Amino acid sequence: MPSALHFRTIADLAAALDAKQLTSVELTQAVIARTQAVEPRVHAFNSFDVSDALAQAAASDARRAAGQARGALDGIPIGLKDVIAVTGQPLTASSKMLQNFVSPYDATVTTKLKQAGAVLWGRLNCDEFAMGSSTENSAFGPTGNPWDTTRVPGGSSGGSSAALAAGEAIATLGSDTGGSIRQPAALCGVVGLKPSYGLVSRYGLIAFASSLDQIGPFARTVEDAAIVLGAIAGHDERDSTSFKTDIPDYRAALTINRGPWKLGIPKEYFAEGLDPEIAASVEQAIAFYKAQGCEIREVSLPHTQYCLDTYYVIATAEASSNLGRYDGIRYGHRSTAAKDAVDIYAQSRAEGFGPEVKRRIILGTYVLSSGYYDAYYLRAQKVRTLIRQDFLHAFRDVDALLTPTSPVPAFKLGEKADPLSLYLCDIYTIGVNLAGLPAISVPCGFTKSGLPIGAQLIGQPFQESNLLAIAHAYERAHEWSAQHPAL
Amino acid sequence: MSSAPQLDIDHIAKLARLALTPEQKTKFSQQLGDVLHHIEQLSKVDVTGVEPTAHASPVFNVWQADVAQPGLSVADALRNAPAQRDHMIAVPKVVE
Repeated sequence: MPSALHFRTIADLAAALDAKQLTSVELTQAVIARTQAVEPRVHAFNSFDVSDALAQAAASDARRAAGQARGALDGIPIGLKDVIAVTGQPLTASSKMLQNFVSPYDATVTTKLKQAGAVLWGRLNCDEFAMGSSTENSAFGPTGNPWDTTRVPGGSSGGSSAALAAGEAIATLGSDTGGSIRQPAALCGVVGLKPSYGLVSRYGLIAFASSLDQIGPFARTVEDAAIVLGAIAGHDERDSTSFKTDIPDYRAALTINRGPWKLGIPKEYFAEGLDPEIAASVEQAIAFYKAQGCEIREVSLPHTQYCLDTYYVIATAEASSNLGRYDGIRYGHRSTAAKDAVDIYAQSRAEGFGPEVKRRIILGTYVLSSGYYDAYYLRAQKVRTLIRQDFLHAFRDVDALLTPTSPVPAFKLGEKADPLSLYLCDIYTIGVNLAGLPAISVPCGFTKSGLPIGAQLIGQPFQESNLLAIAHAYERAHEWSAQHPAL
Repeated sequence: MSSAPQLDIDHIAKLARLALTPEQKTKFSQQLGDVLHHIEQLSKVDVTGVEPTAHASPVFNVWQADVAQPGLSVADALRNAPAQRDHMIAVPKVVE
């Protein structure tokens, strides 16, 4: 029996649209109906605009009828994390600070998706300003994991992963600063790709930590992720860190590049704290590649134990600087309780930001403050060099690294109350951001209690074609993506 | 960085232009004390002769021609302003 429309893949739906078996309006209506049915339990969206989505779908159908379809994404409903600007739509970063903000321009990824004909669907919930690993830091309430709505979907892009897993979109975009695409993808049983730093423009992405942030896709399959990446990647002169490189046909590369590959297993990623069921599933993925003729090598990333600390110094420092722009003057929340003009800053920020954002601003301000800069920030930047060298050294011998994505499956809402225990959820994903590498989380099984497990593949800089091909080889031999939550 | 430093929450909150309640000051001091204690282990790494990494992208000194480009209209630029008057953002009096 074929899956319901809202659970089908881009590749499959694009073929149906081209064959005139389906219209984008029908597909979009199915996604809207599904969203309205499950959203009271999932709460993946901060907002959505039904009439706007249907108008986009009708325009797509008109293009296709005129023989002017723009490719695989034309007419496909794609949800965007609420940190990516879409002209005329709300842009809140799940913060009271931007509760009433309406975007005056498009992010570059938005422009590119529009050019590809995608139906932009909804503003997806996340941790406030993308700071968190559970989506519980949203000012507008948490998102439920579709596999068990009493559990978190991961974060910060938890709305993006949950909406996709629940069938409320066909693909979604998120952003990843320390694991914010890969970890929620793992916890919700979908594919999540964090591209190389510089591959996708950050113009129009609300900045958290500028040297780490990267936009990437959530998708049901590696092939779908390749399709979306192909649409959003590429140099953009409006992001000065965007890299000039040829964008290959990622989808075609999936079948051209067939291995066998050399895969590295970083021994530090299988240490204390890893859930035994996750360890067993990832071991089975390793065994699969070995059986396919891949060479499996143990490698060492000796500075792994310093990744978390390095990240929390660099990310909070950059956040404290980036969030300085929210001053209550030009846009965003302005306090009416302020005593004078200068007090507007302190009061507006006190009222507009939630606790985790305040914690990170305080920590970031501290590590950059006079007398502590060298001891914290400069030292962290040097350790970052060593962390990056560890990865580049490992890549002399292997094509990619295979690790768990998250040390634990989806945990209960409210279970991790102290900040440090939540920060530890990101131990396998953070190094990738510090080193600027591409990495993908693919579903690799379920726990006995039915919670999804993800495996992470880490690739060499700008070698997304290779990375996607390696992930695709595993995925097509397994049927994890064919399973959907019973909501 | 050898001994766990004392975070002067009043001073840092002032630098960050962030008004905190007494309860928040107590709570954040304790929580961030734990985080700083964890971060202390960075002092164990030998970074002698290591260059800092500001970002991992192989891109430096990007220049652009100094040519005017179309930007936001005044109406679009002011659309999200908390208060405006005569095509300008309005703020309380700064100087008496």
